[in-house]
Amino acid sequence: MSTTKIYLFVASMTVVVALLLTGFRMATAEQAEINEKVFNKRAILKSLAEGLNGNLDEITDEEVQMIFEKDVKQFVIKADGTVNEGLVAEDVKMKKEVKKPVEERNLPLFVYANPVSNKTYYITAVRGKGLWDEIWGSIALEEDFNTIVGVSYDHAAETPGLGAEIKDNSAWVALFTGKKIYDDAGNFVSINVRKGGAIPGNPHQVDAITGATITGDGVTKMLESGLQLYEPYFATLKAGM
Amino acid sequence: MAETKVKEAKEPLFGKKERKLLVDPLLDNNPITVQVLGVCSALAVTSLLMPSIVMTVAVVFVCGFSNLITSLLRNIIPNEVRLIAQLIIIATLVTIVELSLKYFDYPTYKELSVYIGLIITNCIVMGRLEAFAMGNKPWKSFLDGLGNGVGYGIILIVVAFFRELFGKGTLFGAQILPEGYFANNLMVMPAAAMFILAVFIWIQRSRNKELVDIS
Repeated sequence: MSTTKIYLFVASMTVVVALLLTGFRMATAEQAEINEKVFNKRAILKSLAEGLNGNLDEITDEEVQMIFEKDVKQFVIKADGTVNEGLVAEDVKMKKEVKKPVEERNLPLFVYANPVSNKTYYITAVRGKGLWDEIWGSIALEEDFNTIVGVSYDHAAETPGLGAEIKDNSAWVALFTGKKIYDDAGNFVSINVRKGGAIPGNPHQVDAITGATITGDGVTKMLESGLQLYEPYFATLKAGM
Repeated sequence: MAETKVKEAKEPLFGKKERKLLVDPLLDNNPITVQVLGVCSALAVTSLLMPSIVMTVAVVFVCGFSNLITSLLRNIIPNEVRLIAQLIIIATLVTIVELSLKYFDYPTYKELSVYIGLIITNCIVMGRLEAFAMGNKPWKSFLDGLGNGVGYGIILIVVAFFRELFGKGTLFGAQILPEGYFANNLMVMPAAAMFILAVFIWIQRSRNKELVDIS
């Protein structure tokens, strides 16, 4: 076969494939984007645990959107306690933010007002490193900015059944509920994922996952470095209460 | 004038040959356990049942249609660039699978995204294009693709069944083994897939001596 024919074949195949895939992508893009947003919103709401009315798995995508429209206020804050008015929290990409110096970071904060119980919850975002790749999560705090209502974690590539349990093991995730990030004197101590088991009664510790020491340590570090960035802003809220 | 019709030997849609194409790769010529292809993805995605099933559906789709398309184009594809042409066909189909998952089932897309992309490099798919579709008619090629895709999927599902059951005590996420069952972490590790695969091959070869390589 002549070279011209080969070029002709390759060129026409490229054009056909390019057109096909572009068309397919354009047809699905809008719904895919909505799906992604709902997926992220579910992860945020999941951290509310019992603070949310009803079981999240039974709430439809439309209802998730409705909750965010009606009951969730979004803020983007800075580590110095000021609010960045120009941004919407759900558009903040933590993956990019954690690479910036602390004082330049934008931190998303979701404030959920439960319409039934009239309680307000503050959902923060944290991001860190696991064993293989990044891990991240949403941490929901009660109105005292101290007691954890619940958490939800996710990861890029932790081992299924081991490190990935931070997302999959709901019993372990539930251990965080009721823990406190400040001691009685008001000092920031965060939560420690303790290998060998949490000391009973200690409000700042949870059990580690067997076989996932490094991922657990990653969670400890992520919480410590992430949560304290919200402290100055919470202080201004407390002062205004 | 007597019309003499030359009877064309019409190939049946589901003759013996066609059935063989579809069924053979399921056991006696299974791409994973007999041809030992596509093992890496068999290790990676099989810790849970659900992703394994989604992966199976994706591979069956890609395998079937890439065989069909390649076979349709087999007389136009220049020999010099045939591997690239095959790769483009596979990559296009995989991209369609990926976009569809994003559209229909975003959480599963998140869970599988890397592995879906890796179907492109799954040697089973390209192996069938090169070995079968380039030299056979479309319908037969399509069946051959489906057969090999399903053959791959059966192993994935069998391995995932044992790994999820003994690794987590669950199936499809629902608790099966009693509460006190101490989950076997080894089953969760990729190495466990190797062991289950080996046991599968062992059983298969002791039942069918023809598969044993005595050379």
